[in-house]
Amino acid sequence: MKHLVLPRLPLTSATAAASPLPPGGRDLRLDLFRGVALWLIFLDHIPQNVVNWFTIRNYGFSDATEIFIFISGYTAAFVYGRAMRERGIIVASARILRRAWQIYVAHIFLFTIFMAEIAYVAATFENPLYAEEMNILDFLKQPDVTIFQALILKFKPVNMDVLPLYIMLLLFFPPMLWLLIQQPALALAGSALVYVLAWNLDWNLPAYPNGAWFFNPFAWQLLFVFGAWCALGGAQRLSAALRSRVVLAIAIAYLVFAFAVTLTWYVEPLRRFVPIWLSDWMYPIDKTNLDVLRFAHFLALAAVTVHFVPRDWPWLKSPYLQPAILCGQHSLEIFCLGVFLAFAGQFIISEWSGGPLVQTFISLVGILIMVATANLISWYKQIEGRSPTGRTKSPDADLAGGEA
Amino acid sequence: MKLLIALVATIALNCLPVWAAVAEPQPEACDVPASMLESEIDLGRATNELKDKHRLDISVLGSGSSSLPGPDGAHFAYPARLEEALKQQLPGNEIKVTAHVLPKQTTANMLGTLDKILADDHPSLVIWQAGTADAINAVETEDFRASLEEGVEKIQGAGADVILVNMQYSPRTAAMLDVSAYADVMRHVAQQRNALLFDRLAIMQYWNDIGTFDLYAATKKYDMARRVHECIGRALASQIINAAHLDAVRMQTTR
Repeated sequence: MKHLVLPRLPLTSATAAASPLPPGGRDLRLDLFRGVALWLIFLDHIPQNVVNWFTIRNYGFSDATEIFIFISGYTAAFVYGRAMRERGIIVASARILRRAWQIYVAHIFLFTIFMAEIAYVAATFENPLYAEEMNILDFLKQPDVTIFQALILKFKPVNMDVLPLYIMLLLFFPPMLWLLIQQPALALAGSALVYVLAWNLDWNLPAYPNGAWFFNPFAWQLLFVFGAWCALGGAQRLSAALRSRVVLAIAIAYLVFAFAVTLTWYVEPLRRFVPIWLSDWMYPIDKTNLDVLRFAHFLALAAVTVHFVPRDWPWLKSPYLQPAILCGQHSLEIFCLGVFLAFAGQFIISEWSGGPLVQTFISLVGILIMVATANLISWYKQIEGRSPTGRTKSPDADLAGGEA
Repeated sequence: MKLLIALVATIALNCLPVWAAVAEPQPEACDVPASMLESEIDLGRATNELKDKHRLDISVLGSGSSSLPGPDGAHFAYPARLEEALKQQLPGNEIKVTAHVLPKQTTANMLGTLDKILADDHPSLVIWQAGTADAINAVETEDFRASLEEGVEKIQGAGADVILVNMQYSPRTAAMLDVSAYADVMRHVAQQRNALLFDRLAIMQYWNDIGTFDLYAATKKYDMARRVHECIGRALASQIINAAHLDAVRMQTTR
């Protein structure tokens, strides 16, 4: 991936000392794990699918969403932090907001596809057994309201909650990034404070027709900002702790505990081994507000991963991992494609009553399409970068090997 | 997904003779693995009412999926089928199932009607079907949990046992209607409050997976819907007989 290598731009020594950038350009581990997270999100979004047996949400508290949001925060800070230092706050902010706009457009595109599928089901499916469930289609009776509510991000169909969260996080990112560069500790503390306040004061954004956002931006921003903080030197500050055997032992113990608890969700007879006081304290493990148990599970997972997968891990250059890395480098396109493929896959399974074999086949084909598309996007970027018209691209988010 | 693991687990557990022994014989093709119906929770109040008074008063509280449309829908829906199955299996006892079913009721709506139902019916067992309307109206899961907990407390406070019935397995609407978060809440509330859970979601998915019913099928006819309700009624009856330890009662009365 030669064209992905960042041009090394000189940093003023003062800013470089204040927030040292990670050495050696982009960390391929980020792309790898974001790529894997995108695959897992795709698999989890097909509800009747034997393959999502294997996704991490069945083995612990956190799931692929945490990985995706953390890495997105990390890369956003990596790409736009550089821009902010080199070209100033206005240019960096403008680019962050343009990114938010692109994601918004992508979200609305997916919404259109979703509406088409729903309208089809409404027109073709009927069964007196499901008279109650079919009430979900009532919103088709007032498309004016529904479409407007979707445009203002209040109406979000099933599985279309991640991109609106991402848009909100980016909209508030310019001042946060500025603060992260000036006063990283203060920024992180502020983010934690917002998280705590959101829990105590029940902050969330309203949704349509009822309730609140499935991913509460006031809570999930903590993970995004934490990722950004890590990218701007926090990871180095943590490196001593990450090397410690005690931390590793605690992390592994917590992962084992989470796995044991998760097992009791699926195997009824094991449930008696969870003491009442523990389940009273532990449940509910709230995904909407990024439960502390989930956040801790992600941290433990990250600590163990960083320990066993070093930055110069030889496998990162292995051709077997390139498909995942490539998907991670074009995360917005591949994420959207994944949501679309999940719709399509689900549709096929529903229309032809697909059994486990069909489900496995659809899962594999879906991932193959994601990989092929990532390759195609890379190829486009390559030919545009070498365009003979001389329109050279600035070293921006795209050239940094994927989007923020 | 969780259901699938539960399914595999239940099949695995079925291989153990201890669990298999709990199995209640079911008619024809809609058997349910015993482990899907067994639980460590007793229906003590129902047992007592049957032993002492030779009667069982059950109230069913539910929304649209506890009823069937069409002519004579109430007769074919699972509350009536449950009454029929219990009458067959517990002869000599007076069995009364009163259904309080209204379409589109959320759990909070049903909570509002609970006091009157408990006062009117004096049930020793309340079967509470919930969650579907809440998922459709995107009621916040924490509000859903609060209503459910308050209701279960109220029922138990009035001296009745509780069975929570979760959503139907509905693969064709799964893309629009994700009930899993609500199903998790119901499982958890049942566990915390010593209520029984009738896992309709897992049972119907099991029937679909092994081919008992094709729940993807589009049809205007009522026959499949009626058969599903018949089977749900029978499975519920089995669960009640197991959890209330009524095999003994049945033997007494038939002797």
